[in-house]
Amino acid sequence: MATIDLTACQMRDALRARDLSAAEAAQACLDAIDRLNPKVKAFLSTDPDGARRRAAQIDARLDAGDDVGLLAGVPVAVKDNMCTDDGQPTTCASRILENWRAPYNAHVVERLLEEGAVIVGKTNLDEFAMGSSTENSGFEPTRNPWDLDRVPGGSSGGSAAAVAARTTPIALGSDTGGSIRQPAALCGVVGLKPTYGRVSRYGLVAFASSLDQIGPFGRTVEDAALLLEATAGHDPRDSTSVAQAVPDYLATLDRPVAPLRIGLPREFFGEGLEPEVERILRDALAVYERLGAELVDIDLPHSTDYAIATYYIVATSEASSNLARYDGVHYGRRSRDHADMIDMYMRSREEGFGDEVKRRIMLGTYALSAGYYDAYYKKALQVRRLIRRDFDEAFETVDCIMGPTSPTAAFRMGEKTADPLTMYLSDVYTASANLAAIAGISVPCGFTQAGLPVGLQILSGVFTEERLLRIARMYERETDWARRAPPVCEETP
Amino acid sequence: MALSRDDVLKVGALSRIRLTDEEVQRFAGQLSSILDYVDKLNELETGGVEPLAHALPIHNVLRDDQPRPSLDPQKAVGGAPESADAFFRVPRVIDDTSSA
Repeated sequence: MATIDLTACQMRDALRARDLSAAEAAQACLDAIDRLNPKVKAFLSTDPDGARRRAAQIDARLDAGDDVGLLAGVPVAVKDNMCTDDGQPTTCASRILENWRAPYNAHVVERLLEEGAVIVGKTNLDEFAMGSSTENSGFEPTRNPWDLDRVPGGSSGGSAAAVAARTTPIALGSDTGGSIRQPAALCGVVGLKPTYGRVSRYGLVAFASSLDQIGPFGRTVEDAALLLEATAGHDPRDSTSVAQAVPDYLATLDRPVAPLRIGLPREFFGEGLEPEVERILRDALAVYERLGAELVDIDLPHSTDYAIATYYIVATSEASSNLARYDGVHYGRRSRDHADMIDMYMRSREEGFGDEVKRRIMLGTYALSAGYYDAYYKKALQVRRLIRRDFDEAFETVDCIMGPTSPTAAFRMGEKTADPLTMYLSDVYTASANLAAIAGISVPCGFTQAGLPVGLQILSGVFTEERLLRIARMYERETDWARRAPPVCEETP
Repeated sequence: MALSRDDVLKVGALSRIRLTDEEVQRFAGQLSSILDYVDKLNELETGGVEPLAHALPIHNVLRDDQPRPSLDPQKAVGGAPESADAFFRVPRVIDDTSSA
């Protein structure tokens, strides 16, 4: 088996046994990136010299018999909205931060380094994580490794595609309304959005602060568990990170959850769900039934259309405030010609931001402006409470909720760029989890006739990641979707 | 809710984003259709529902006010388009030709 075909856990075992060196693991990823990134465009930057240097240090420590950490020598990629103080830029895929270098490491980056990981590069995204296809990148769109004419989903499309194309075994993304789960589904990998507060956001460039959460991508549930375990935990620099012990997710992963009651929201199987995607999902649910789970119809009356409407007010309002800092003074880009200070702000932001970012800043500014605050922002926060109540009530009777991650498989590039609202509806099944702060995962559950992956979304209550991972693992053990590699990996260069 | 040209220019100014005529027209249509969609929320009766700004029961998180090292000022201004020593440089804000 080629090194790049190993999962992160297999690499970790081989590294500990000294059957594989960190230098070999890093080089295998760097070679795969060289070969595949011109087609997939998952990475915005790579750090070959830094990765080799660091791998050599890890090898020396492993040779000396040191305990180097959970990820000793394992290569990892990081979405480019997380700060790295390693000489690589942190751009958020925005022209306004082109070539900006962060003066410190994000908490999750510190954690990766403490656990011995080797960061190979930083991945593409929709500008400031605003989008569902990675087509809003200010630099270039990422392609879906299963079909290069299709999108990888977004906004963490670079991380999802990098893992799917086997250019890195694991990667970090961020999820504000579905930005980990939806690209995981469209690229045929596992993506987990932890409970709000499970992972510190210190050094994650803020988009919508009450919704943003960092989480792992891997080809297997086990790899997602490994990366979550390495990055979760309390950090006093993020006052919304919660002081709750991090379970040993790997230790319990293979224990099935029994009895298991699964809630199926009627709203998640209604209009808009592609029939082929629904058929594949029903097959996945049948696997759980065969394993002894009980399937129960439930109602989440506010969790689809109303959740999208709520999300696009809450997220844009918070974004309009968070993105005020890009003013041509503190970071990155300043317009060259300007009449005065205000004109300098306005031209710098005009030149630096792409259309979707401008739309969202303006929408949020409008929703918060005098005369509209009650009608939009306050109303949205009230509906947000109704969404949370629906989940609280559901979790009184079921252990988890299952449904589609995305209403369709990967769509064609350009198919949804003309009408922002059509694109927003890609998040119709994912946004409610962020509004309610609960945990969610997307697991590969089959392929369409056209060979495109489909994702099963599993949602569970706050701080129940340990059980969520076990439930996902129950299904994964029965299937072999994770072993399939996309056609792009087979092509000769 | 249809946004007029003036509405978009006003929100552009509040957002500190300069807009071309073409953008004003395009954003007016797009923002209007998004707001129409959001109007769905008015189908829901929310009288007496407490707004939920934050979905976890976290309140003020306090620590002792003790001096400790912070980010080096040179590093903090290092990513700015223009800086001098440990300061951000901005265009002239005070007009010195209009003396009192």
